[in-house]
Amino acid sequence: MADRLRLEVVTPTRLVVAETVDEVVVPGSDGYFGVLPGHAAFLTTLGTGEVIYRIDRDEFYLAVSGGFAEVRNDKVIVLADAAERPEEIDRGRAARAKERAERRIFGGSSEEAIDYARATAALDRALARHQTVSRNR
Amino acid sequence: MATLRDIRRRIRSVESTQKITRAMKLVAAAKLRRAQERILAARPYAGKMAELLGNLVSSADADEAPHPLLIQRAGPRRQIVIITADRGLAGAFNSNIVRRALDFIRQSSAPDVTLVVVGKKGRDFFRRRGWPIKRAMIGFWDGLAYTHATELGNYLMQQYLDGEVDEVHLIYNEFRSVAVQRPRREQLLPIPRAETGEGSTTPVDYIYEPAPDAILGDLLPRHVRTQIFRALMESLAGEYGARMTAMEAATKNAKDMIEVLTIQYNKARQEKITKELLDIVGGAEALTQGAEA
Repeated sequence: MADRLRLEVVTPTRLVVAETVDEVVVPGSDGYFGVLPGHAAFLTTLGTGEVIYRIDRDEFYLAVSGGFAEVRNDKVIVLADAAERPEEIDRGRAARAKERAERRIFGGSSEEAIDYARATAALDRALARHQTVSRNR
Repeated sequence: MATLRDIRRRIRSVESTQKITRAMKLVAAAKLRRAQERILAARPYAGKMAELLGNLVSSADADEAPHPLLIQRAGPRRQIVIITADRGLAGAFNSNIVRRALDFIRQSSAPDVTLVVVGKKGRDFFRRRGWPIKRAMIGFWDGLAYTHATELGNYLMQQYLDGEVDEVHLIYNEFRSVAVQRPRREQLLPIPRAETGEGSTTPVDYIYEPAPDAILGDLLPRHVRTQIFRALMESLAGEYGARMTAMEAATKNAKDMIEVLTIQYNKARQEKITKELLDIVGGAEALTQGAEA
């Protein structure tokens, strides 16, 4: 058994991360789960949130949404609809998306019938991005 | 016989055409490189997806009811998604697809065929002939993104799940190499059994969260969208490859033509000089003869 994990984060358009890491925390659709070396084979759908991975003492963050995560033989593969590093996130855009989603949900005076599920999903994504981008370093 | 000036004008006209074809070739080559890179970048995701799908289908099969996107129902209504380019000047790229689509429609026993057309060229062709086009997607090629595949995929799956069509097929140009694109037909829905790769690998004994069929319900639509995305990207790379090859040939033809015209021009010039010389010599001769007389 290896004492480290292989992490790969891929989206339909690119490979975002391929690294050897010590620990990974992944936002599953049923809640966050942590993976350490020696983890059992595990397959889950991905929620919206942050993938956190640690290499030695350094922690790294990714905002992800939608997809799957697989753990097998000390290999963690995250198939995400979208995955972004903090430096790739447009802070202003994330903030605007958050405001827009909040307005849709709480605004009350809806011009048209709002798709509640869509609006909350958008808010989740905006919050995840916001959180990731707010991390220092 | 064309006059000197006519020939010179033609040479100049062919030269300016050649300039355009050469520029188009260079642009296509640059875009092709980017498109190829994108295909490569999308491969890990698609590959992993197929692997997961195989695993899930075999372990979710245990309980009886298969997912609706997997159920084969023998119905007469076929939907064909035809992927062409927005622009021409790409050799036989678009006409090959159109021909393939017509062949397929003619062969198919299904009496009820509806079309979904991607790309302006295909849309124009089928609209001119009065085919029923359910939906057309045009003008997005330059900014092709996964969202386009999502949009198209969701539309097709909705139709399928609503029972409006019984089968969905995809016809697109497969990118074999820069010079070779092959029209290809694939069944998109219901998802063919072979694609789920049953029994090819020993299934991994996962802990599932949520249950396998719930994950499968999430995975199948994504699989469909990924298939569409791949087809779109192959078609885009193929379009650039075809245009590059076509423009390369055009540039070469222009070069040959300029050579022929230049020879013609030189000959005509020489003839003119010879004729002038003869005139002068003839004139001088006449003068000397006149003086002797």
